[in-house]
Amino acid sequence: MRWINLKPSRSTQLLLMLAPFVLLALAYALGSAARLADNPSDKLLPALATLVDTINRMAFQPDVRTGELLLWTDTWSSLGRLFAGLGISTAIALGFGMAIGMFPFVRAFLAPFFAAISMVPPLALLPILFIVMGLGETSKITLIVIGVAPIMVRDLALKVMELPREMIVKAETLGATSWQIALRVVLPQVLPRLITCLRLQLGPAWLFLIAAEAISADSGLGYRIFLVRRYLSMDVIFPYVVWITVLAIGTNLLLDWLRAKVFPWSELGKTA
Amino acid sequence: MIVIDNVWKEYGDQIVLERISLSIEDRAFVALVGPSGCGKTTFLKLLLGEEAPSRGTITLDGKPLAAEPGRDRGVVFQRYSVFPHLTVLGNVLLGKEFEASRFRARLVGPARREAIAEARALIAEVGLSGAEDKYPAQLSGGMQQRLALAQALIMRPRVLLLDEPFGALDPGIRADIHVLMRRLWNETDLTVVMVTHDMREAFTLATRVVAFERPRDRPDERERYGASLSSDILIWPPRKAGGLDPDRPDWDDPAASLGPSRDDPAPVLEGALA
Repeated sequence: MRWINLKPSRSTQLLLMLAPFVLLALAYALGSAARLADNPSDKLLPALATLVDTINRMAFQPDVRTGELLLWTDTWSSLGRLFAGLGISTAIALGFGMAIGMFPFVRAFLAPFFAAISMVPPLALLPILFIVMGLGETSKITLIVIGVAPIMVRDLALKVMELPREMIVKAETLGATSWQIALRVVLPQVLPRLITCLRLQLGPAWLFLIAAEAISADSGLGYRIFLVRRYLSMDVIFPYVVWITVLAIGTNLLLDWLRAKVFPWSELGKTA
Repeated sequence: MIVIDNVWKEYGDQIVLERISLSIEDRAFVALVGPSGCGKTTFLKLLLGEEAPSRGTITLDGKPLAAEPGRDRGVVFQRYSVFPHLTVLGNVLLGKEFEASRFRARLVGPARREAIAEARALIAEVGLSGAEDKYPAQLSGGMQQRLALAQALIMRPRVLLLDEPFGALDPGIRADIHVLMRRLWNETDLTVVMVTHDMREAFTLATRVVAFERPRDRPDERERYGASLSSDILIWPPRKAGGLDPDRPDWDDPAASLGPSRDDPAPVLEGALA
């Protein structure tokens, strides 16, 4: 039988899915054991027991200096910034993306502008943001917005333009005004796409967040990672990276679940 | 009455339609036929207002046609005629909601209940009762086109434009929907213009079949000569909306008496004999 026709059973599928993760953990454990055997005070690949110890300390014991549970404080600050940035970007994308997609005048006016600014490397703007807006939350959230919003605007505008012309004409023959078409025909059909677009932008959003936190912050997941880097505290950095990944995966799944739940019809198109 | 007077349509150098003149009387059912690429659909877009003629005028009841699609002209396309994010009921209600509420485009309260009753009646009329809460993706192609008809008809358009509406359906389903189409045309105050590539369909449904053709179709001529009307056939015996259907099953039955006519012998009056 040809390889393209061989399909794994459910249990094989599960096994295959888990294999890379298990292999990675195994490789880490072996590498860590080998290095620690050579030099018991090696810091690069801490033993699993050390990692568990550190996680316990960061997550469940108050910090001696501030009295806070560091992992949770960091998580809340980072998620606050991330969701503020993504929320603002989503609002911008919805407003501008739909207007650009629907109205030829707005398209002629703004589409080239958004195409241009989406090419500006956001990290290059970071110094300007810190100078103009100070080192507080505003500049970090703005960096996420600048990095994420233009791409979302363009994606949404394209999605609006991909709506079959026939549908818009049909709505016109039902007597709809431009506003009514936007509200009842275009908006509901691009919202699922907006959620998908948001999911795809989670990665870049985290990137910009951590970059901003690395340079200036007093809490946050990125801040912590770059702070303990000075002491080569791999036992903190590794769990933090894993935790960030888990948060991102969780948000991703949550958004997809939300889309399927709120817009049941958007699932139907896939199978039909 | 739709009057198309010497209409030309050009895209840049390409002439698509030329010298099109046609009058469509009220409640006619006109089928537009012709080979593919001969501008039937372009012509329908002119009637729809989606495109403007390069030359000539189109009037509806003596008034020039609005330059954009409006609610006096309903439409059913071959695809994408219904909204995938609305249920069957939502699709049919949509026009009513546009009409009733300018900013929210939603109906509430008793007006909504009234509109739902009307929509349900129309859904039943096109044979979709029981499917009110389904989404279009859960319907077959034929059912989707039935839904598109109901959605267009709830606005009581003067003209219904059909762009190969049944072209993608299986023959059996198509025959069923033809029966529906003819009934709707008979019962509604409606002028229908239908583009089709199916001659059988054209002659089954229409009161009049209009053919488009390119009189000059050599490759070097294609750009500078558009299609024009090559024949205009009135179906015989004439079909009349709301009248007797010549294709009804009992057409071959003995003719019903229409009463005495001029050439019959004069009836014998009772008084004359006395």
